[in-house]
Amino acid sequence: MSTEITHGDVHEEHHDHGPDKGLMRWVTTTNHKDIGTLYLWLAFIMLLVGGAMAMVIRLELFQPGLQWVEPQFFNQMTTLHGLIMVFGAIMPAFVGLANWLVPIMIGAPDMALPRMNNWSFWILPFAFTMLASTLFMEGGGPAFGWTFYAPLSTTFAPDSTDFFIFAVHLMGISSVMGAINVIATILNMRAPGMTLMKMPLFVWTWLITAYLLIAVMPVLAGVVTMMLTDRHFGTSFFDAAGGGDPVLFQHVFWFFGHPEVYIMILPAFGIISAIVPTFARKPLFGYSSMVYASASIALLSFMVWAHHMYTVGMPVAGELYFMYATILISVPTGVKVFNWVATMWRGSMTFETPMLWALGFIIMFTIGGFSGLMLGVAPVDTQYHDTYFVVAHFHYVLVTGALFSIIAAFYYWVPKWTGHMYDERLGKIHFWWSTISVNLLFFPQHFVGLAGMPRRIPDYSLQFAEFNAISSIGGFAFGLAQVFFLYIVIKTIRGGVKATDKVWEGATGLEFEQLPSPPPYHSFTVAPQVK
Amino acid sequence: MTFDKLPGRWLASLSGLISVLVAFSAQAEYELNMTQGVTPISQEIYNLHMIVFWICVVIGIGVFGAMGWSILYHRKSKGAQAANFHESTTIEIVWTVVPLLILIAIAIPATATLLNLENTDNADIEIQVTGIQWKWKYTYLDEGVTFVSSLAQESRDVMNSDPTGHENYLLDVDKPIVLPINKKIRFLFNSDDVIHAWWVPELAVKQDALPGFINDSWAIIEEPGVYRGQCAELCGKDHGFMPIVVHAVGEDEYAQWIAEKKAEAAEVAAMAAQEFSMQDLIAQGETVYQANCAACHGPTGAGIPGAFPAMTGSAIVTGPIDAHIDIVLNGKAGTAMAAYKGQLSDVDLAAVITFERNSLGNSVGDLVQPSAIKNAR
Repeated sequence: MSTEITHGDVHEEHHDHGPDKGLMRWVTTTNHKDIGTLYLWLAFIMLLVGGAMAMVIRLELFQPGLQWVEPQFFNQMTTLHGLIMVFGAIMPAFVGLANWLVPIMIGAPDMALPRMNNWSFWILPFAFTMLASTLFMEGGGPAFGWTFYAPLSTTFAPDSTDFFIFAVHLMGISSVMGAINVIATILNMRAPGMTLMKMPLFVWTWLITAYLLIAVMPVLAGVVTMMLTDRHFGTSFFDAAGGGDPVLFQHVFWFFGHPEVYIMILPAFGIISAIVPTFARKPLFGYSSMVYASASIALLSFMVWAHHMYTVGMPVAGELYFMYATILISVPTGVKVFNWVATMWRGSMTFETPMLWALGFIIMFTIGGFSGLMLGVAPVDTQYHDTYFVVAHFHYVLVTGALFSIIAAFYYWVPKWTGHMYDERLGKIHFWWSTISVNLLFFPQHFVGLAGMPRRIPDYSLQFAEFNAISSIGGFAFGLAQVFFLYIVIKTIRGGVKATDKVWEGATGLEFEQLPSPPPYHSFTVAPQVK
Repeated sequence: MTFDKLPGRWLASLSGLISVLVAFSAQAEYELNMTQGVTPISQEIYNLHMIVFWICVVIGIGVFGAMGWSILYHRKSKGAQAANFHESTTIEIVWTVVPLLILIAIAIPATATLLNLENTDNADIEIQVTGIQWKWKYTYLDEGVTFVSSLAQESRDVMNSDPTGHENYLLDVDKPIVLPINKKIRFLFNSDDVIHAWWVPELAVKQDALPGFINDSWAIIEEPGVYRGQCAELCGKDHGFMPIVVHAVGEDEYAQWIAEKKAEAAEVAAMAAQEFSMQDLIAQGETVYQANCAACHGPTGAGIPGAFPAMTGSAIVTGPIDAHIDIVLNGKAGTAMAAYKGQLSDVDLAAVITFERNSLGNSVGDLVQPSAIKNAR
């Protein structure tokens, strides 16, 4: 009898203990909520670091002439800005959201592989420290663009490129481990009754994203390793003089790079598919077609990589194929947008901050989709390729797309995470401030691109001066808005109106219906029943 | 802030944006949109661009219109009750098939234009365009005329101060490429170092120049004029400073220009047989150095530590002259140091080597004559 009681006590203790105290909590944690928080903070810090680099870029481009930085340093800024935003801000933010949300959405007690989870996070700060340290090395940091085309990144690159290569390896290892964890969790740890076709779309899109990551991160690792051996071990993968081909680099890079684009947007689709029904008070329109559309986009993303290379001199048959396949992607993408609009149609809508960000996402992501369709048409891409039109396109997709969805997710789930409502007034100011400034920042870039301004130049001819000045002003305002966001985040964590368990009137899903706000340190230690 | 004010705010910011756009378009309409250009292909591309653009506008009006309607009328504050529909096979098939048909409608003219764009057969004139960090070398294959074209000195002079008021800032070169109108010109692209891309918007030619491979493209220029372009592929430090200027002229003027270029080449060849004084070589060498070497090795020979070696006190520059000549002529494999034997004349090479050895803080005291360069080639 007494043995049983002791047993029960141990059992209780095991499930109810809170986090460790002090700094070591964060170093040694295997808790999905803690690791999610760590990822999100890393992403925010990287957003501010990468954003600071963007400010240097916009400052130099504010006026014609070279006023602030040398061209070589400008190139380092564009390169590191791209790398940090892609690998340091957007991707870790989505992994952070996956850590926080996947277990509480599917009714699992934690991620399937908690120790690996800790490791996959803690690799990242070292990877980014190594990457950023190149700026202080002799010869400067990588200056060949985030796409690091050979031979500019091999024969003609500074010595610090080797640190860049190893930093990319570390990021790749971290991403693959994170992806394995997400897949293992989703496939093995769903609560009874949570069938695949009942999963929230965020879980679905992350499952698909995780497969993309496992498929393409090794390709990225391959291409940087080929660079390394070209640089130091006498191979000639990318050197025609030794029988190689610089275009091979681009094929391998974009075989990673194009799925990578969808890695950065599929989880966003999942977030928007959660927020729109909540505030339209109406179930998501076409759930199963959303799932199939996500899967089709993922599949197509492997078959379109060379649309980044229309000017590289491919055979015309290749160009035709890649054009057809590329514009085909707009069909499943269109289905998603139509579904969101149909979800709003005849709903009962309210416009709390997360909904505003989601609506901003739908409008501006669609604008990015339109310019994407235009860019996909190969003969016209002759004029668009490598101009600011492309810069405008992918910033609409990645800033007003991916980043807006991440911010929307923050406002939507932060009351659940912290138990505090954010300040609605500040949240709305943040939205309008960001939306107006981001359009000032990126919309004029369509015009300068069409008028002939190439990307990645530190200085431009006078006809582009006005739009660049507007763009820079928008850029500074948008940058400042995200510092304001930092204030909102800290304020919300420290206190605020107590959030209800359901948080939103129209919220659905296990995390809102079955967990308190904030959820206990270990949630769903007993699996919930899903009807 | 209540939502009631939001449409007003949207409209206010939108109208602000539009008034800014109108103000700019009044100054120069063409800066808002792609150029129609001066070749049949550029016109075709422009038309295709506008077709796809207007298709996007129409779809945008539909999607954003439906969204806007819901936002205005299907909201809780107006007492809207949520419906409960969440699927409709018919409508889902419609909005999959209709976009597919629109795409086919785009793909048909796009295919025709692409096939036309890639057809470089039956050219009247062939010109080789070689990208070199950070200048362009043009070789008229039928005429034997060859020269290197780089950013005009005037742009370099005002770059670090205020370029306002300098027309064609960063879009002007020392030696423009001259092309006849109404002839099919085939361009062959390659590179001596990294990947560049030769782009002149009015000709609708943008093609990568690859090291070790040859690409081609073509243009028939229908109107005489001056057309400006830039390198469109990040090619290192001075990627933003390697413009292209095309002078499209009538056939007679073109023939005259070719004749002048040939006479110039003969003159340069004749000069190579002469002996020069140290003073003359250094004076000439300084110009050559600033145009060709200063981008990496620095205007004062200081280089960029860790990236490009200094000239001042360099072991090669202050060492045996044969090694110095060799590296300038043939470059250094596996580094950014290019081979200059294809870019510079014997006189210029002799001048720049003499300049490097006796200026930039060096004083070796020897000189090299053009004849020695000729022997070393």
